Amino acid sequence: MIRIKCPYCGERDHSEFSYGGDASIVYPSLDAPQKDWVKAIFFRENIRGVQKETWHHLNGCRMWLEVERSTITHKITSVKPCHPELQKIVELKK
Amino acid sequence: MTKFNAWNVFKNGLNGQTGWSRQWRDPEPKSSYDVVIVGGGLHGLATAYYLAKNHNINNIAVLEKGWIGGGNAGRNTTIVRSNYMMPGNREFYEHSLKLWENLSHDLNYNVMFSQRAHVVLIHSPASLDAYARRYNTMKLTGSDGELWDLKTLKKKIPHLNYDNVRFPILGAIVQPRAGNARHDSAAWGYARAADSLGVDILQNCEVTGVSRKNGTIESLQTSRGIIKGKKIGFAVAGHTSLLWQMAELGNLPIESHKLQAFVTESIKPLLDCVLIYGPGGAAHFYISQSDKGSMVFGGELDWYKSYAQRGNLPTVKENGECAMAIMPCLGRLRLLRHWAGVMDMSMDGSFFMCKTPISNLYLNAGWNYGGFKASPASGWYFADLIANERPHKIIENHNLERFEKGINLDERGIGPDPKMHG
Repeated sequence: MIRIKCPYCGERDHSEFSYGGDASIVYPSLDAPQKDWVKAIFFRENIRGVQKETWHHLNGCRMWLEVERSTITHKITSVKPCHPELQKIVELKK
Repeated sequence: MTKFNAWNVFKNGLNGQTGWSRQWRDPEPKSSYDVVIVGGGLHGLATAYYLAKNHNINNIAVLEKGWIGGGNAGRNTTIVRSNYMMPGNREFYEHSLKLWENLSHDLNYNVMFSQRAHVVLIHSPASLDAYARRYNTMKLTGSDGELWDLKTLKKKIPHLNYDNVRFPILGAIVQPRAGNARHDSAAWGYARAADSLGVDILQNCEVTGVSRKNGTIESLQTSRGIIKGKKIGFAVAGHTSLLWQMAELGNLPIESHKLQAFVTESIKPLLDCVLIYGPGGAAHFYISQSDKGSMVFGGELDWYKSYAQRGNLPTVKENGECAMAIMPCLGRLRLLRHWAGVMDMSMDGSFFMCKTPISNLYLNAGWNYGGFKASPASGWYFADLIANERPHKIIENHNLERFEKGINLDERGIGPDPKMHG
């Protein structure tokens, strides 16, 4: 079992969460060429090592989190809210 | 290689089994080959075999980083079927099933292919309609399929949980020619047959670097020295992205996920088919009984990306719950083993078998859940692609450009989320 330290709820089993996917993807602007959209939607770096990914605390606070996790050992090195403004608030509270 | 036949069995029975030769050689790598296949799994070995057999190319090396049968070839649930619906897929998998039907004779090695039927339980009128459509479409390309009503199903498999109130069983859709094969035998059989046609199988030979020159791959750095190849084929399911990036080719439409499988202690004959329980996407579970008597089963992925070949406990629990939901008589069995394999999960759930931006490199990847059953046809068409330098008509859309063209080969119709294509 992976344990994820949700900034709102504390440390919880990963079975409370739903896996989102690669958090490093930045969607291009709406008028960007089709090739850029194909790359963003269909192509992945598929890192073997530490990657940024999103998890949704579906059976908890329902917030989206950005997690840094190793895809080899499953060890988590960082958890923060996906939304940048919420990240700031969480930082201030520390 | 000593051929397996009645005379040799008889002769070696008299001389104390001393007349058998080893199954395949353990050669030193040569400095260059006509074709180098990276990946000594079922697909790589089958490719080498069909290159030699169908296309008369014999100067071939298969590079395997571990040992033959140690990767996903030994980590699957051994199910063979051809109930696919998308154009290309259904011809491909039906051809694979036909190759399985004659594989033991072809390889002179018993792959224990048992056509015991693949039975998918139906729980709602909507899924009955969907399956009827799918199996009718399959029939257009010569696959077999039949619908069992509840009475027939109860007669064939009496010990299912027919009192499931949440997901009542209405009947089953069945492919009678589908079944199980022995995975180790398939790997060993292909290795032995390829070796006898002159293919060098190089174990403990990991590719650590790719040298490019003038738009081609000049050589591969391996743990057993530098190996050159006029043509290179990648067939390393699970770790394709890493090799692809080693060749400086960027990203692939693939994520690596892990899939668990489970084996119980052996019991007397209980289930004489492959049984699928998947009520409306609420669960996904498949179970069969091995020749040794163990119940072999599996279900969903672990839901998060991973290269670890070990599973996680929530998935163990979920599979146990599925087993109990459909066959409560399994309740007192103990699990002997469970393990996980790393899968190339592709963006639409279908595979890639295509030319690449590098002129002498060919790609075979993205097998999702379907790699084991596909291995004979995968070898057949990948060999055809490498030898003739053009994709066969059946696999003409199984390339990396299909997404930008809008040709998604998405059997489940679920969209570009690799973990959903189970």
